[in-house]
Amino acid sequence: MIEFDYTLRIVALGAAVLGVTAGALGTFAVLRGQSLLGDAIAHAALPGVVLAFLAMGAKAPLGLALGAGVAGWLGALAVGSVVRRSRVPLDAALGIVLAVFFGIGLVLLTFAQRIPGLNPAGLSDYLFGQAAALVAADVWLMGILGGLALLAMAVCWKELKVLLFDPDFAHSVGFPVRALDVLLTTLLVISIVVGLQTVGVVLMSAILIAPGAAARQWSNTLGGVVGLAAVFGAVSGVSGALISAAIPRLPTGPTIVLCASAIVAVSLLAAPGRGLIARWIETLRSRRTLQTVGVLEDLYTLALRHGDLAKEHPAATLQTMTARPERVQPTLRALEAKGWVRPVGDDGWALTDDGLGAVRQFARNHDRET
Amino acid sequence: MPNTQNAIRHPLALDVADLTVAYGEAPVLWDIDLQIPEGVLCAIVGPNGAGKTTFIKAVLELVPKAAGRVLVLGTPYRRQRRRVAYVPQRGTVDWDFPTTALDVVTMGTYGRLGWVRRPGAKEKADSRAALEQVGMGDYADRQIAQLSGGQQQRVFLARALVQDADLYLMDEPFQGVDATTEKAIVTLLQDLREAGKTVLVVHHDLQTVPEYFDWAFLLNVRRIAAGPVDEVFTDATLRAAYGGRVPFQASNGAVSGSARLGTEVDLAQSSTSSPESPS
Repeated sequence: MIEFDYTLRIVALGAAVLGVTAGALGTFAVLRGQSLLGDAIAHAALPGVVLAFLAMGAKAPLGLALGAGVAGWLGALAVGSVVRRSRVPLDAALGIVLAVFFGIGLVLLTFAQRIPGLNPAGLSDYLFGQAAALVAADVWLMGILGGLALLAMAVCWKELKVLLFDPDFAHSVGFPVRALDVLLTTLLVISIVVGLQTVGVVLMSAILIAPGAAARQWSNTLGGVVGLAAVFGAVSGVSGALISAAIPRLPTGPTIVLCASAIVAVSLLAAPGRGLIARWIETLRSRRTLQTVGVLEDLYTLALRHGDLAKEHPAATLQTMTARPERVQPTLRALEAKGWVRPVGDDGWALTDDGLGAVRQFARNHDRET
Repeated sequence: MPNTQNAIRHPLALDVADLTVAYGEAPVLWDIDLQIPEGVLCAIVGPNGAGKTTFIKAVLELVPKAAGRVLVLGTPYRRQRRRVAYVPQRGTVDWDFPTTALDVVTMGTYGRLGWVRRPGAKEKADSRAALEQVGMGDYADRQIAQLSGGQQQRVFLARALVQDADLYLMDEPFQGVDATTEKAIVTLLQDLREAGKTVLVVHHDLQTVPEYFDWAFLLNVRRIAAGPVDEVFTDATLRAAYGGRVPFQASNGAVSGSARLGTEVDLAQSSTSSPESPS
């Protein structure tokens, strides 16, 4: 029982480290417009993992991480040079590099499994991730690597921020944009190496992108978005890892990604201001305001035309002046409740003094906005 | 108005010789020679695709030169970065970036802070003052996506002001700005000139060039003309720059701001702006 708790604690800790690192650093990649670079790097890391295993003949965590890092870095380099030296656009270059490196990785993986005397069991866990296989040494390594990457991020915070927002300006005040981009890519590679064993190469990009995308919904400052993305990453990492550790043979990567996706879905729907629900309510409200203002202005126009601002006009006339005549009566009643119009006689409506003030205020606001 | 003798004795703000820039095969700038003295407010004028933005970017070494030499305030740009402020076109950045107006302006202090050091109370105060200067003091903590185009433009301007440079390069700072703001910005630019700074502005509205600027640089891939406005801003040079189809005539009356408003807005205005007269 104690043994089980210990394993679970290791798994949860590892998943938290991976979530914080990938969530925070992935946000930078998303804001730099490099969301899919992480996908290419993660896939490109696979041949590095297998080659490192073949070279060592064993699964030492540091060696495998080094192999993954070097191969991932070469993948990023390949993307960059394909874009610079050819007419191939970025998305195609990402696709090419991803497919080539991943293909090589799969071939090597099959090859490694056929060599007698080697024990490659667990190597295929790198495809979809397996948190239950994490041991203390793995988590130590993840923690050190992730900690170093986050430290570098904190030290170069303002340089990275100006690089993300306005690279031309960053260059003009003297920051080496190329070098900062290399730093950012390196941090991305490190966060991928940290998460590779737990999440797997196939879905690693999701844990880089999803927390940042969700966090952006809730915060309007870079610090807020990055911090929140780290929290979201940790929450999805820990919950996914624990679920997959509790259920035998359930790969960890997909479970973590489903948890992150749930956070994204909630954020897209429910976040104040940017969420779909908030925007839907905003649309309804502004449509109602437009109707209100429209009817009020129509009444004002009629009054002006008759040279008598207090003169009443039938609702039927107002209905001919709008695209949605069925809304005129309810709108008039809403305006009456505000005290901006008053009913006169059977079917007549006239502006009150308050209504007159309101319509002029709207006109002034409108002038200011145009 | 700077007299020419002064201009020769003082170092040049910008000294460009044989500048050529090419994207692929086609030259975008061809053999440009240009000398701008210190303390002038200079319009960079030319048709679309004339290379105005590329010219600024070449000076700032944002695009590689195929040939030529650029001296900024007497020495290569690399050694003068702190003395140069750049206002890019508004459309070149993502305004949905999670940051505030004040934070963007504070980026203007990053150059003098150098690596690692964070902006402190003094930098924040300077940035706030620059925002006040462009009339955006009330919007310091606003998320930048919630600003109008003209307000975003003013945030960029404030970022350049806080750099406290000697040479300002501005790429269409009047784009999307209403008439009142435009006048305010022009006053600001003229104040910079009075303080001895040099300001180069990519400008599209030929109508206002003689009114706003004292120098002009007419460009269409090649240098067409450069010098004091009253000398170089003529029908002949404009025709040379715009290939005969000059979108401007000196005799033409000023285009009023209301021409930009749609018909419906005009109607609404005419019905609401004179409510007292009929009654």
